[in-house]
Amino acid sequence: MQQEKPDGVTPSQTVGPYFAYGLTSNGKYDWNDAFGNNLVTSDTSGDRIRVEGTVFDGDGAPVVDCMLEIWQADAQGRFSDPQDKRALTNSTFKGFGRVGTDAKGGYAFDTIKPGQVADPDGKPQAPHIVLAVFARGMLLHLYSRIYFDGEAANAADPVLALVPADRRATLIATRQPGGGNAVYRFDIHLQGDKETVFFDV
Amino acid sequence: MTLVYPVQSLAAHPPRLSPGYKSTVKRSPSKPLIPMRHTLSELTGPVYGHETVRENDHDLTVQGKGEPLGERIIVHGHVLDEDGRGVPNTLVELWQANACGRYVHVVDQHPAPLDPNFTGAGRAQSDAEGYYRFITIKPGAYPWGNHHNAWRPAHIHFSVFGHSFVSRLVTQMYFPGDPLFPFDPIFNSVTDEKARNRMVSAFDLENTKPDWALCYRFNIVLRGRNATPTETK
Repeated sequence: MQQEKPDGVTPSQTVGPYFAYGLTSNGKYDWNDAFGNNLVTSDTSGDRIRVEGTVFDGDGAPVVDCMLEIWQADAQGRFSDPQDKRALTNSTFKGFGRVGTDAKGGYAFDTIKPGQVADPDGKPQAPHIVLAVFARGMLLHLYSRIYFDGEAANAADPVLALVPADRRATLIATRQPGGGNAVYRFDIHLQGDKETVFFDV
Repeated sequence: MTLVYPVQSLAAHPPRLSPGYKSTVKRSPSKPLIPMRHTLSELTGPVYGHETVRENDHDLTVQGKGEPLGERIIVHGHVLDEDGRGVPNTLVELWQANACGRYVHVVDQHPAPLDPNFTGAGRAQSDAEGYYRFITIKPGAYPWGNHHNAWRPAHIHFSVFGHSFVSRLVTQMYFPGDPLFPFDPIFNSVTDEKARNRMVSAFDLENTKPDWALCYRFNIVLRGRNATPTETK
């Protein structure tokens, strides 16, 4: 069937308050749980980490009906997508996660620390996870990035370098004290003085 | 800055701060977004194969013990990019209210009946050319608290992945000729009329199944690589 060239993209609309049973694995419908907030598969190599935090609105109130999605490389910096032509991953790690915030606006992802991925000039970027934020009251999702504190590569990261120095900390997950798998805290502020940096991509 | 997926395409989307839709006021950023080049992290995206979608996930009328009540409909269309190329094998997720305008969600307290045979959630994968198809029940309109006597036009929520993380789209499909259109701040948050109309499905007589179900066509257009948008704003 011959398709005529469309006159533009389909506009975005809010995910609304009722996405949970359709989009998240704790929904009412018995999905086969293709994805959730635990990205780790039995054959995944790398340092296991948890990224957790709370989503806040412009009044500092927790956002209890927010949906977060993450996308990341494996520990060797490879994406589980054939469009990454460098080398295919050697595990079933998919690199994609999705979660709805809980009654206190909290969320957590269990994953692995991603490896480094080059930018379009071949310059290494610091380890990072790409984040998309959806919610009722958000007509178009927001993109951000989760970086990790204590990472020497942050200093030379070409994307962090675009961010005013006084806002960079909003993109850096902070390592929490304690043993075992590393836990990083990454709160998301949709608006206001502590507003998380969002990217126009 | 030239991007692999031009940001000009984003002009069709609603402004994040759309005060007519009250919840945007405290949930939209107040500081400018920071432009950046697309790196491999943005240009790749999750790939889910046939194992993700089971045989009847696209048919919301067979998930319960009996048939759900309401008007059975077929919703189908083409997932394509701005250049008209089909987006094959991509995951399309859908969720919606039942025929009475009620969602299976504890927060939804609209005093309309739930249907024990209808969850309102479905999944499909676009085929090798980018076409998808669902069988469902026409959702009802429902009231919401945005302003006095606020009602959402009947709609079906869609979530689509596409070729990359920046082609991700969550939208709502509306039905043609809905009398609630002029009064809905979410629909009207899209300020350009032509863009707004891309969210409205078309009645499809050709694919309506005689003696069984009406059909609506809803094409979903995602950002394209090096697209040349014809629309200017």
